[in-house]
Amino acid sequence: MSQPAILTHDLRKAYGPVQALRGIDLTVPEGTILGLLGPNGAGKTTAVRILATLLVPDAGHASVAGHDVVQEPDVVRSLIGLTGQYAAVDENLTGRENLELVGRLLHLDRRDVRARGEELLREFDLVDAAGRPVRTYSGGMRRRLDLAASLVGRPAVLFLDEPTTGLDPRSRVGLWEVIERLVADGTTILLTTQYLEEADRLADRIAVIDGGQVIAEGTSDELKDRLGEDVVEIRIADTARGPEAAELLRPLAAVEPRLDREHGRISVPVHHGAGTLAEVVRRIDGAGLEVAELSLHRPSLDDVFLTLTGRRAEADPDDTTSSPAPRRRRFGRPDRRIAA
Amino acid sequence: MTAIARPLAPAAPRARRAGWVLTDAITITWRNLMQVVRNPQLAVIDTITPIMFVLLFAFVFGGAIQVPGGNYVDYLMPGIFVQTVVFGATGTAIGLAEDLQKGLIDRFRSLPMAGSAVLVGRTFSDTLRNLYTVLVMTVVGYLIGFRFHGSPVDAVLAIGLVIGFAYAIAWLSANIGLRAKSAQAAQGAIFIPIFPLTFASSAFVPVQTMPSWLRPIAQANPVTVVVNAARGLVEGNPDPHTVIAAAAWIAGIIVVFAPLALLRYRRRA
Ligand SMILES: Nc1ncnc2c1ncn2[C@@H]1O[C@H](COP(=O)(O)OP(=O)(O)O)[C@@H](O)[C@H]1O
Ligand SMILES: [Mg+2]
Repeated sequence: MSQPAILTHDLRKAYGPVQALRGIDLTVPEGTILGLLGPNGAGKTTAVRILATLLVPDAGHASVAGHDVVQEPDVVRSLIGLTGQYAAVDENLTGRENLELVGRLLHLDRRDVRARGEELLREFDLVDAAGRPVRTYSGGMRRRLDLAASLVGRPAVLFLDEPTTGLDPRSRVGLWEVIERLVADGTTILLTTQYLEEADRLADRIAVIDGGQVIAEGTSDELKDRLGEDVVEIRIADTARGPEAAELLRPLAAVEPRLDREHGRISVPVHHGAGTLAEVVRRIDGAGLEVAELSLHRPSLDDVFLTLTGRRAEADPDDTTSSPAPRRRRFGRPDRRIAA
Repeated sequence: MTAIARPLAPAAPRARRAGWVLTDAITITWRNLMQVVRNPQLAVIDTITPIMFVLLFAFVFGGAIQVPGGNYVDYLMPGIFVQTVVFGATGTAIGLAEDLQKGLIDRFRSLPMAGSAVLVGRTFSDTLRNLYTVLVMTVVGYLIGFRFHGSPVDAVLAIGLVIGFAYAIAWLSANIGLRAKSAQAAQGAIFIPIFPLTFASSAFVPVQTMPSWLRPIAQANPVTVVVNAARGLVEGNPDPHTVIAAAAWIAGIIVVFAPLALLRYRRRA
């Protein structure tokens, strides 16, 4: 059977006047992981809820393993696992009891319920905490337990809605490793994320979603290639002369350079980074401008998002106080820092 | 990772699923009652609240009420029973709203379980807790002079009506819980019908003492009907019409509100 594990066609959903989904087409082949990448409010959760049979779309079709999510919700439910945006575990039950609760509701044999629970507790490094009520768990432990709970029924298709949002970096990497093992084992995954790095690392293919529409789709490398191979990033000491510098560098750019006026920072996507670098410096020097910072890096997915939408991805909902400009630095991973 | 995934397999046949309502409701009941086990203070509250209600109402109102030829404790106990279980049934709204808020209902809804089991289990476990409070109240009542004056059948019937009513109100409560945006909102909203229902009734004072405009309303109030029926059964001179009317109210409330709640639960919006 070559039918895709997840398929949506022209999926639409409005909440009153809010158009959450404006026609989403997705195809996820069996055994692969699709990263649904988009900022807050893009429609990621809405798409996941429709696919997980929690929500009926206004128009369009969605199916899991060829089963329509609206017509055959029970069949779909027996095939999927869902890890929502917030850990859906019972605070009063222990970790072990939470897994047993799900196992019993899946109508597994009593012995299987036990065995499966223990297996997952080991797999998710929760054995020591298994007998404690979940209200004593850390955020990372809850997320792991939540993910474990969605795996009790050995789902063929797994939906992960922002599984690492709000986690500290260490827990995040731990969860990534678990997800990587799941994929290696043949599970099909649809993962939503606001973290570009996360989609880059985990997903076979990435669908960038914004305003309820898929605005780009492809592998991480395909998306990056749209920007050229490298990005030269330069900061001018005299921020007032930023526009002038950007104009000077435009002829070198693969696509329109971007200027951050406030910081005098210019990002120039180029095709042959190392070769172009000298020319960049020559032009800036020639105009009598002082270089405060110069770096060369592979395009990040944030660069992709900026190019596609003209806006920065809202990377961190917990971090609404910081201005967008410094935030982007975390995604730009400079390969070679040249001058300061 | 060992055997997490499984090939895309067909779902369980429909025939096996009929029995799931019961087994799933038992599972959900277990899960709900574990809340009390894990929070011993809840068990304490479940015990102290009925004791407090009995003592407060009996001693505060007891003296003020003229009950022709009767024992005021016997008169008050059925009212206290009904009022306490109706308040107890508000827990259904709060519990469901909490489960919704925490995403647990989403998890349940994404499982191939019997959808109705979440509500059946919730209303059942909350009614079990109410049964416990009624038993506590009966014991405390006995200590301050309350007695069942009818046959054991009358006594069982009286308790049965009270618990049946608690179960019916739990279904009403479920509707509010499923529509509330948060547990707090549910708590606020559920008391809007509950307060007038319990107090504009014969639970604590005879309807004859109320202003004339209120009397017909209080008389028709299902709480009045159930309290009067239970009162008759407690006093040993049950009025069959009232008992039947009470049972009809219980059935009617369930018949209306259980399907409404189930529809709401199943609604995928
Ligand atoms: N229940 C709802 N009622 C009204 N609007 C909603 C509801 N859920 C989501 N929305 C709106 O729909 C849009 C998409 O939301 P969502 O799917 O949650 O996005 P994401 O998960 O990408 O952050 C947002 O504008 C959001 O405010
Ligand atoms: Mg979301």
